[in-house]
Amino acid sequence: MKTTPDNSGDVRLSGISKTYGSFTAVHPLDLTVPEGSFFALLGASGCGKTTTLRMIAGLEEPSTGTVCLGDQDVTYLQPYKRPVNTVFQSYALFPHLDIFENVAFGLRRRGIKSVKKQVEEMLELVQLGEQARKKPHQLSGGQQQRVAVARALINHPKVLLLDEPLGALDLKLRRQMQLELKRIQTEVGITFVHVTHDQEEAMTMADTVAVMNAGRVEQLGAPTELYENPQTTFVANFLGTSNLIEAEVDTSNGDDIVLKAGGGKLVLPAERCSAPATAGGKVLVGIRPEKIALTHADDAGEIPAGRNRLNGKIADASFIGVSTQYVIDTPVCDEFSVYVQNVERDGRLLPGADVVLHWSPAHTFGLDAAQDIDAGTEEEVAA
Amino acid sequence: MPFVNWLKRRLVVIAGLLTLGYLLLPNVVVTVFSFNKPKGRFNYEWQQFSTDAWKDPCGVADMCGSLSISLQIAVWATVGATVLGTMISFALVRYRFRARGAVNSLIFLPMAMPEVVMAASLLTLFLNMGAQLGFWTILIAHIMFCLSFVVTAVKARVMSMDPRLEEAARDLYAGPVQTFLRVTLPIAAPGIAAGALLSFALSFDDFIITNFNAGSTVTFPMFVWGSAQRGTPVQINVIGTAMFLIAVLFVLTSMVVTNRRNKQKA
Repeated sequence: MKTTPDNSGDVRLSGISKTYGSFTAVHPLDLTVPEGSFFALLGASGCGKTTTLRMIAGLEEPSTGTVCLGDQDVTYLQPYKRPVNTVFQSYALFPHLDIFENVAFGLRRRGIKSVKKQVEEMLELVQLGEQARKKPHQLSGGQQQRVAVARALINHPKVLLLDEPLGALDLKLRRQMQLELKRIQTEVGITFVHVTHDQEEAMTMADTVAVMNAGRVEQLGAPTELYENPQTTFVANFLGTSNLIEAEVDTSNGDDIVLKAGGGKLVLPAERCSAPATAGGKVLVGIRPEKIALTHADDAGEIPAGRNRLNGKIADASFIGVSTQYVIDTPVCDEFSVYVQNVERDGRLLPGADVVLHWSPAHTFGLDAAQDIDAGTEEEVAA
Repeated sequence: MPFVNWLKRRLVVIAGLLTLGYLLLPNVVVTVFSFNKPKGRFNYEWQQFSTDAWKDPCGVADMCGSLSISLQIAVWATVGATVLGTMISFALVRYRFRARGAVNSLIFLPMAMPEVVMAASLLTLFLNMGAQLGFWTILIAHIMFCLSFVVTAVKARVMSMDPRLEEAARDLYAGPVQTFLRVTLPIAAPGIAAGALLSFALSFDDFIITNFNAGSTVTFPMFVWGSAQRGTPVQINVIGTAMFLIAVLFVLTSMVVTNRRNKQKA
């Protein structure tokens, strides 16, 4: 296994795009995946993430642009000549071969004669030593998934591509396999490029996530970065939940932007605003539901100064154990979500109660108001 | 009513056994009469037990010669139809080409058309082309009508095949040839085998088309038909019984092999 950082495991995509007739699956796209990282391409189905992955694998030829592995341009190299292996969606195990031969397939095709020891070690790594002589259909979904990983990893590829590898598993098994894959990646140190539509999966596993939408990368960064400081409404809505409200810029004085919304004023740090903010212009103000605190209107005086505040009335409250999820009717938005941890519950916070929502300006983010405010929400993605 | 209850519980088994009996009865008759010693030239009435015919299966003039011709034709027709049919199936499933729709429906015409019509039109064609009727014209005709059966069997298999399997093979360092030999072909094999077996059986016992296009060549079914006019030698039953036993043996062996393989794996 390669341990020297010679960057030969870097994946560099330069201006690659894919068009089918008049349909553009992937718009020209630049992306660098550093060697040894766990990189996730996240997006709803049809956003171009799988096509991008297939272009790296060589199963799809880009319409424009180049694919490089380290310093080698592999754009037109056949898939069987690339030092890249794929874990396919629904695994694509060879049904006529047993588990041992499935895993040995890549080694044998490269003319390696003594495969027994390597295959057995690899099956041990994925805890399937006992199942070597079974056929794929005799294994459970989770076991098949591990065979697919073993079959790819045994070739020591420079890059391992995973196409929705956990999509067919049930929730509990999926959680388990997420940790398992992360463990394997840390152990072998190979670059992983993981395609998924599950934002939690991407955030749990990946060092870097690229959020894709309609054939474009919306934003790229570490999971916390994407979550805390989204740059587009799509990212804000697709990763977790965001409350987005339209506000007018009042003053912009260097470090802070003061905004007018619903008769009150909100403060937004200038560095957390991805849109141009000129006095009189519009921006979208975003805040995550769990960053907001709820105080009953009677105690409004106790709220520390310097926090962003909004008045509202509780429209709905659902208790879900660790937290309570409130829907608040406010002058700026009639469905403001607020998640409150159930540490000390205030008995007065019931539907119909008047409340004050308040949060730290540092948790506020600003987005360009010219975008679709509902982009990336569940209803929109499902439609 | 204990009897009615007994009947109710075993109705499926009884129906199954009756059906099996219905299917096997002709074979039993053939087998029993292969041990007959008929008085006249016709083997239609039971006289007495004898193994004469089994001791001398080729004792009837020209019979084993016709059998050999039939077997040769069946083998070559199977090979030809299976190879061509497999390629056609892959072409039809995998590629989009002009006239694909036409080929798709035309290929089933030999299956749907009355045999006698096809036989007559083939003869017209061969005569107009000035072809010498015989082994080759029979073989060409057989490959033609076997093709549609092979295509039916193989196409179903290829259509249900996940294209990702071949992508996985290419991803795992198998070039186009290796991918075909190691993945595509083995997965399509059951369909191809079914097509080949059907071809062999159809070709071996075809009478109508063969009779029209055989010229002076005599195949085994033609021999049986011809001799039935003048008298039926017991050896015909011997050959029939032998064919039946070989087929049964073939099926049993494959069943035992599969069972043993599964047991080893478990």
